[in-house]
Amino acid sequence: MITFTIDGYEVQAEAGQNVLEVALDKGFDIPHLCYHEALKPYGACRLCVAEVTSGKRTRLTTSCNYPVIEGISVQTSTEKVIRARKMVIELLLARCPDAPIVKDLAREYSVGRPRFTADNDDCILCGLCERVCREVVGPDAITFLGRGSSRKVGPPLEINPKTCIACGACVYICPTDCIKLKENEKERTIVRWGRTLPMKTCVVCGRSFAPWFQLEYFRKITEGIPKDFWDKCLDCR
Amino acid sequence: MDSQAIDQILQKYDYGHSSIIAILQDLQEKENYLPEKDLDYVSERLSMPLTRIYRIATFYNAFSLTPRGKYLVNVCLGTACHVRGAARVLDRIKMYLGIDVGEMTKDKLFSLETVNCLGSCALGPIVVIGNEYHGQMTPAKVESTIKKYRKRSSRKKDEKD
Amino acid sequence: MRRINNPQELEKIREEILTRRDPNKPCITICSGTGCHAYGCEKVAEAFRAEIRKRGLEESMDIRTTGCHGFCERGPVVVINPEKIFYQRVTPEDAGEIISETLLKNSTIDRLLYTHPQTGEKIVREDDVPFYQGQMRVIFGNNGKIDPTKIEDYIAIGGYSALAKVLTEFSPEEVIDTIKRSALRGRGGGGFPAGVKWESCRNARGDKHYVICNADEGDPGAYMDRSLLEGNPHSVLEGMIIGAYAIGSDEGYIYVRNEYPLAVRNVGIAIDQLRDCGLLGENILGTGLDFEIKVNRGGGAFVCGESTALMASLEGQAGEPRAKHIHTVESGLWDKPTNLNNVETWANVPLIISRGVKWYTSIGTETSKGTKIFSLVGKVNNTGLVEVPMGITIREIVHDIGGGIPGNGELKAVQTGGPSGGCIPESLIDIPVDFDKLTEVGSMMGSGGMIVMDDRTCMVDIAKYFLNFLKDESCGKCTTCRDGTRRMYEIVDGITRGEGRAGDIELLEELSWVVSEASLCALGQTAPNPVLSTIRYFRDEYEAHIKDKRCPAGVCKALITYLIDQEKCTACGRCKRVCPSEAITGEKKVPHKIDPEKCIRCGACIAECKFDAIEVV
Repeated sequence: MITFTIDGYEVQAEAGQNVLEVALDKGFDIPHLCYHEALKPYGACRLCVAEVTSGKRTRLTTSCNYPVIEGISVQTSTEKVIRARKMVIELLLARCPDAPIVKDLAREYSVGRPRFTADNDDCILCGLCERVCREVVGPDAITFLGRGSSRKVGPPLEINPKTCIACGACVYICPTDCIKLKENEKERTIVRWGRTLPMKTCVVCGRSFAPWFQLEYFRKITEGIPKDFWDKCLDCR
Repeated sequence: MDSQAIDQILQKYDYGHSSIIAILQDLQEKENYLPEKDLDYVSERLSMPLTRIYRIATFYNAFSLTPRGKYLVNVCLGTACHVRGAARVLDRIKMYLGIDVGEMTKDKLFSLETVNCLGSCALGPIVVIGNEYHGQMTPAKVESTIKKYRKRSSRKKDEKD
Repeated sequence: MRRINNPQELEKIREEILTRRDPNKPCITICSGTGCHAYGCEKVAEAFRAEIRKRGLEESMDIRTTGCHGFCERGPVVVINPEKIFYQRVTPEDAGEIISETLLKNSTIDRLLYTHPQTGEKIVREDDVPFYQGQMRVIFGNNGKIDPTKIEDYIAIGGYSALAKVLTEFSPEEVIDTIKRSALRGRGGGGFPAGVKWESCRNARGDKHYVICNADEGDPGAYMDRSLLEGNPHSVLEGMIIGAYAIGSDEGYIYVRNEYPLAVRNVGIAIDQLRDCGLLGENILGTGLDFEIKVNRGGGAFVCGESTALMASLEGQAGEPRAKHIHTVESGLWDKPTNLNNVETWANVPLIISRGVKWYTSIGTETSKGTKIFSLVGKVNNTGLVEVPMGITIREIVHDIGGGIPGNGELKAVQTGGPSGGCIPESLIDIPVDFDKLTEVGSMMGSGGMIVMDDRTCMVDIAKYFLNFLKDESCGKCTTCRDGTRRMYEIVDGITRGEGRAGDIELLEELSWVVSEASLCALGQTAPNPVLSTIRYFRDEYEAHIKDKRCPAGVCKALITYLIDQEKCTACGRCKRVCPSEAITGEKKVPHKIDPEKCIRCGACIAECKFDAIEVV
């Protein structure tokens, strides 16, 4: 067990944990957009900054990827922390002026109209979609492309990623809700990636329930499950 | 490029995933850019996700996913070249060739790119065309310098005909 | 060369090489660095070879193509040894005359000698050229003595004796102790003590340790690492092998820019030679040390100069830095303890071992020991690579070695440290150059670029230049670095276009604070330096752009107008011919005029005008 303090309160954590996950678990409020408990911390949005004192040195650092260390003291809302967070929010708001989650943060932190020219973007490049696709689901269909100010997220050829199974994990995890899913009896589309897959019908009840390609993918990567398992919908399994 | 030639490159690097940058460099040296079907083939042979290949191909400056002209006009925008007026040289080249950075002329003769420093700062501003360095460039010298390559190319064509 | 099985054999080979060589035999050395290459030194060398063959002089004189001599401005450079006669701007046509006059008749050719810019006196010997006089070329000087593709040349000047010495006389801990006492600091930018780094890496637990040479010299305007790798690769390799022994590593990497083809080639040749003669591979010099070095070419990304990004790139990934809460000496390449130093740092190592800590620490300042190679470029008369003792002033570098500012320009600032550094104003050029002083004045040592700027350099434009660089070269991961540098660029760009507003400077300062405090890696953390240093020292120039919509240096296109001085214009018509936008009108014998509406301010007319008649207002 490792003991350290957050805002003066003593907390305990397991070695290998990071400050943010411990803080959230103990009920401290640290805003974050690129962190998700199911994924490896990435440290891209910079919203979860805190002041960490280790030994004699105090510095501003992201808490999502800062390992818990015996005796450190973490401050989650000093003047410096708030100042940095406000600017991060202002930058994100200028980038995505219509994203509800960013607008909420701006309201919470009293960030007014950004002093920068507004972009018309809807993606904050948190990378949750590409990480969930690679780390959790596995098809590894989308990635970061380019770098610097022209960085973006997308399929290798920017459209119709061949390995995408249209599972919708990216849709679910996206904090700005910019990845949309459309579905009818016949097909499912992940709009942002331009990926449309035909749906399969359940061998038992006859309802259309999931993209055919997705079921084949799961059939391939799972073992010890009866072969017809993937031919039945959730209700009929 | 035919698959045999790509396999040769892959063999040279032992099909090692960590050598993907070198593999793409060798591929591009032969093809002048990274054709889509070659990347598909590399991905398949290495069992490497296309996402990783494209991420690398779009992250590093050296790679191009679109065909490049016969002569690559590379304008150095290093600091030393900049203070000696490289931006004005670049403007003049853009105007003369009628293309922007990253584009190719309609006759497929020239592609225009910039580089952040060639390490030949004493000669700045520098423009490299093909493999030839042109030091102490000025906007006024642009036209005559590029014209030489145009002539060279048409001469070669004549010889072939 | 044959295999060298032990240190004694190395000494024997050295003696053999030296006895074969007559130090008094004339030798024509032709600089073949990239600068001279661009000036056509290959043809010069070819002409010399042909001439020697033609006259049957192969036995009486040697010819050697060497690495960069540093005085790139004057290339192609040819030095005739043993007298060290210095010829500059040599053409293939000069080869015959140099052989018949200088080598056969012992007389010098005035036309090819360097002329002292102040006294007008012709200078004969390389050492007497002012550019070289103020230097202390302990690392870089060997470039001119050896053919980088010949290991014999390096051995002849004492090469690999430092390695033999540590392998026979030093324990790894003693090597580390020596480097620590030498106070060698990393030449790549940060200035971290190399010995301390080595020690931490040696002590880090792991079944495998790596050493890396960072040759991804990305600072625009710096090219000393390129010249060292091209001109004297063995000095770098010897340093790496010594480091591997000290740290306990059996595998090393050199990560070199692909934009440096000659460096890639020469270091590859050098490694092959080392393998052939048993100085690399298994059981080096029969001492039981195993070490291999691989060369990886970079893909063109400035951020890969950052250690964790470089390691990601070596692993075949995009060069995205990671948080360094666990240091790379503990968990670096493939999560193994890894020691990374840059080219120049490695090249210092054999020198420290051979000449001793006492000698080494006698050079430099209290906190920065030894020499530093700078690339002295930009608006300065003598451009090239200069190696100087730490502690020398900027004034000495720019005015004494660099020969001052060309034309009638005035020194305005010196930029050091590349995109992570800053601009040091003329008023501070008497500070001694070392790691700490440069940081104190808001710049940094960086890898050693020193870009001289004169009164026709606009400091706002320079800030914009670096921001443009950084917004493209940021990996794009951190919001603060990616969007922060982009927003800073937009603001500064607006200022240069006459759209600056009150409050812009303050907003830039506010952004600067966040970008440097809240970004993950050194690229972002230092990115605001070029802006902050120019605001600090040249605030009036920012204000002139913002308030008066004026660019005092006459650079920012939107804020300047070209005018032809009707008195000075001779109506020669040259400007009219080169104007790409047909903005210049005028008949024969009538002074010309520029139409400001059509003028695109490309500068072609200014470059062409022989009468200095075009003004920028």
